[in-house]
Amino acid sequence: MNTAAAKKPSAGQLIIVVAISLFSLSCLFPFIMVISGSLSTEKDIMDYGYTLIPKSVTFDSYRILLLGSNRIIDAYGISILVTAAGTALSVFVTSMGAYVMARRSFKYRNILSVYVIITMLFNGGLVPWYIICVHYLNLKDTLWALILPMLANAFNMFLIRNFMLSIPEDLHESAKMDGAGEFLIFYRLIAPLAVPVLATVGLFVALSYWNDWFLGLMFVDKQELQPLQLLLRTLVSNVEFLKSSSNAAAMQRISAQIPSESIKMALTVVTIGPIIFLYPFVQRFFVKGLMVGAVKG
Amino acid sequence: MKLHGVFRELARNRTLLLMFLPVAVLLFLFNYLPLAGLVIAFKDFDFVQGIFGSDWMDPLLDNFEYLFSSDAAYRAIRNTILLNALFIIVGLIFEVGLALLLNEIRNKYFKRVAQSLTFLPFFISWIVVGVFAYNLMNYENGAINRMLEWVGMQPVDFYSEAGLWPLILTIAIRWKVTGYGTIIYLAALTSIDNSYYEAASIDGASRWQQIRYISIPMLKPTIIILTLLAVGRIMNADFGMFYAMVGDASLLFPTTDVIDTFVYRSLRKSGDIGMASAAGFMQSIVAFVLVIGSNYAARKIDKDSAIF
Repeated sequence: MNTAAAKKPSAGQLIIVVAISLFSLSCLFPFIMVISGSLSTEKDIMDYGYTLIPKSVTFDSYRILLLGSNRIIDAYGISILVTAAGTALSVFVTSMGAYVMARRSFKYRNILSVYVIITMLFNGGLVPWYIICVHYLNLKDTLWALILPMLANAFNMFLIRNFMLSIPEDLHESAKMDGAGEFLIFYRLIAPLAVPVLATVGLFVALSYWNDWFLGLMFVDKQELQPLQLLLRTLVSNVEFLKSSSNAAAMQRISAQIPSESIKMALTVVTIGPIIFLYPFVQRFFVKGLMVGAVKG
Repeated sequence: MKLHGVFRELARNRTLLLMFLPVAVLLFLFNYLPLAGLVIAFKDFDFVQGIFGSDWMDPLLDNFEYLFSSDAAYRAIRNTILLNALFIIVGLIFEVGLALLLNEIRNKYFKRVAQSLTFLPFFISWIVVGVFAYNLMNYENGAINRMLEWVGMQPVDFYSEAGLWPLILTIAIRWKVTGYGTIIYLAALTSIDNSYYEAASIDGASRWQQIRYISIPMLKPTIIILTLLAVGRIMNADFGMFYAMVGDASLLFPTTDVIDTFVYRSLRKSGDIGMASAAGFMQSIVAFVLVIGSNYAARKIDKDSAIF
């Protein structure tokens, strides 16, 4: 097939390239459309609809967004805090648990594995889960509600455990000889060796915390605890809340009417901004992680 | 004595047990307790008395009787299964198809850029996809309607046309996860030994024949396993997608209301916990049977591919 590449591209090759190009571009277009929308004036959106290139560029919607309310700044803070704390805690707790499941010298490690696997198979569903969280754990309207329910992930634990099982047992033995305790061996020796898988898992966890709004939807009614994604949803269904902000007068000076459409677009851009920005750097970790997961979950 | 030995082993490993404790507690609280909480479907739930303190339903299956007499519940179950079946079939075609196409590309840079672009939508939340969809489809200034007007056609009010939504949701889900789903197939394709293709092309096999008789058969185990695992989850709808794309647009419910959104509404909006818990109970039981069954089947085909 290498000889085929040297020849002139055939009609079949051409069709394939066109098909892939079209699909790839269709994946990109909506992103460009929101960016364009966020830079457009309200009038242009009304007159021409959403376009790929703005007719005239204005940053008004971003300025209003910034002024517009502490809620957006708050939501950004909540999302960053939840993502950072959730990811750090999750990676620490799951890798520590995975280490125990990978400890060959521990006779009952398989019982622990079964304890974890069961959570992948049985699911109590939304209603009991919700009532346990609200009624018994009192998570309603707390920051913990956005972090704790997603912290322990069985699938990630097995991913990490399998990686740790591939680390030679001798390393562990010699550390033990030197008198190191299990926690020290995990923390100083095994975890650093497992950094490739921990980085991948960490990125997956961070992405799911950043993109999460389900926990907020279920447990957070208090406005100042709403994460960014949930605020975006609120704004999409009702842009009016901006008017009740304390900066309403300053907003009026920028634009007589709140440019509701372009503001939605601006908040969308702000929400996906960090992901788009980091994407080129982290993409390969995700691909690698998927491959590891595909070999054996 | 045996019991004595167990305790000694545990005591010897107390640091390890302590290290496992955090996840053990978390899984207990957020997975095991809700499992026990399934009994709520047989209870006359009262917030003050909690799940376990509430009285039993009398008759015991009253919540279920109520559930099965409801047309909305029947509709949700039907929609969940049919839509998921549609998503699985179309997803399979797109993911295997794109993987096969990408595998034909010899230009490394083109391939890498295409992969990056198609993988990108996986990274954003359904809420954001919902905004994108709204940009395209809203009645007043959505891009699609502007285009329709431009070519002299009537605009379509997508958010009240329930019949279009199985298609719209299929497109949305394909847009979001095709690139992601392709990665595993592409990995399987690149691991095929090149000598098969060389031998085939010496025998005069065309590229198409090579795909048909080498690539696809080699992908078959992966295809079967992934499809089986997806079938195991056929009772569980992607709540995020439905909630973000459809939301409260009740005009669309005839084709888009699924068990998960139905349960959510019963729980959070109408406060009908009896109905919600009965629907959830049924979903959990059927899902459990399906997961075990599909895993068993996957295990028969390829021992390493099953979850357990």
